[in-house]
Amino acid sequence: MEIKSNVKNITFYRRKTTNIVMLSFSFLAALITLLPLIFIFYYTISKGIANLNVNFFTKLPTPVGESGGGMVNAIIGTLILIAIGGGIGIPVGIFTGTYLSEFGHNKFGFVVRFLTDVLSGIPSIVVGVVAYTLVVVPMKHFSAAAGGVALAILMIPTITRTTEEMIKLVPQSYREAGLALGIPKWKTTLLIVLKTAWKGIATGVLLGLSRAAGETAPLLFTALDNRFWSTNIFQPIASLTVYIYQYASAPYKDWNDQAWTAALVLILLISLLSLIFRIITRSKYKTTN
Amino acid sequence: MEITEKIKTENVPKTNAMNQDPIKISVQNLSAYFGKIQVLKNVSIDIPEKKVIAIIGPSGCGKSTFLRSINRMHEVARGTITGKIIFDDEDVMKIDPVYLRRKIGMVFQKPNPFPTMSVFNNVVAGLKLNGFRNRKALKEIVEKTLKQAALWDEVKDMLNKSGANLSGGQQQRLCIARTIAINPEVILMDEPASALDPISTAKIEELIFELKKDYTIIIVTHNMQQAARVSDYTAFFYMGELIEFSDTKKMFTAPAKKQTEDYITGRFG
Repeated sequence: MEIKSNVKNITFYRRKTTNIVMLSFSFLAALITLLPLIFIFYYTISKGIANLNVNFFTKLPTPVGESGGGMVNAIIGTLILIAIGGGIGIPVGIFTGTYLSEFGHNKFGFVVRFLTDVLSGIPSIVVGVVAYTLVVVPMKHFSAAAGGVALAILMIPTITRTTEEMIKLVPQSYREAGLALGIPKWKTTLLIVLKTAWKGIATGVLLGLSRAAGETAPLLFTALDNRFWSTNIFQPIASLTVYIYQYASAPYKDWNDQAWTAALVLILLISLLSLIFRIITRSKYKTTN
Repeated sequence: MEITEKIKTENVPKTNAMNQDPIKISVQNLSAYFGKIQVLKNVSIDIPEKKVIAIIGPSGCGKSTFLRSINRMHEVARGTITGKIIFDDEDVMKIDPVYLRRKIGMVFQKPNPFPTMSVFNNVVAGLKLNGFRNRKALKEIVEKTLKQAALWDEVKDMLNKSGANLSGGQQQRLCIARTIAINPEVILMDEPASALDPISTAKIEELIFELKKDYTIIIVTHNMQQAARVSDYTAFFYMGELIEFSDTKKMFTAPAKKQTEDYITGRFG
């Protein structure tokens, strides 16, 4: 086919060129986004793998100058801290989100929604200071419980807002179907609406837990640190993040190496958590629509 | 004399053409509002027992609101009503809505089986979520209601699969099964076949015909042929008012009101 006008020809090529240029930019941007992640994985794996052995998962840290040892107390400590944080943060977050979506179409709901957004923007170190004042000062010593409270406060906004958004996505027709079957509103909300939105809510919970697992600053004021084995939630407890902070800034080469290993273990731990969540929230049914 | 007659028939469209049948639901001077907007105006109608009553009328005439106010589902959409709806000698506004809705079930326009539940659990959702857990009895109820809903043969081998995997027509029959599983006395249907193909529609219509032996059925429909096919009585709503309520045959052959005739013959609406 003959192209009649030269003008048309130029616009045709310009359009094609613009398309290629824009597409390249998008691709480049996507690549730039990926780069930090690739570097993180590359460095943590290459530097951390050397010390990744059975000892790391079974032994306590050794005193300065003595080589070897592990971080079993910090691994368990991190798990305990996440468990306490999740134990408080998950139910509060889910129920708040449910309230906001199903009942919060009023002034109180508006205020809660606004304050939740404010809370999600508060620096974690400030949350640490608050938890220090609320829990550490009255108890008169640092403790895992205080750390858990700080982590819970950090989790709540993420879980609340995800829950609210996910529940809003559940079609109104399911609520009506439940109510029309003579199922009370609370049961309809809990057993139909929440159940339908469960997968999305679990993603929010996971985001909250992962964020909490990676926090250092609030733990410095609350859980502190512990060189010894402790599972007592009313005593100071070790955590991977605090150890990474201490070991990475220490002047000893073997401590620095162990900090890399701790970072690697933390990443693996969060990945494992994510995998477990994917499995337990896997839908029983493959839905076609 | 003539004038008073006219006022009487036009302003009080209370029609008792079927006074030989026992009355299941008596609607008296019902008006419904959403905020300040009035969507139903002083509707009075007596619904006979174990019959199919079709509600027809153009979009926005208040059909769905009328249907929803019978089992107080209008409250879910924050509607308010005045007047009275008497269900078996009791004012529905004085009956606990949860209890009322177990007696007056509802099928919606769009099939809405619960996506997280199997076919089996969908059928007994109303029972299970209300604490009924006898596995053996539930099994019997599932088989019985699915047979009643003419769905058993199609789904008996996939009771544990998701209800969302069924076709639209099957989903709607599943929703009907779910509604009758809790053993209501009245079933409200809000355009139950409008989202379905002609074959599925025919199946739903056959089903309605079967169900009226045991239940009083009120069906809102946009499809006048459907109203003529399935119903014993038809009510015509226009602009929130009940214009005419009579025997379906009479309504479609010799409507009493000009507006009804215009609507039925397709001159407006």
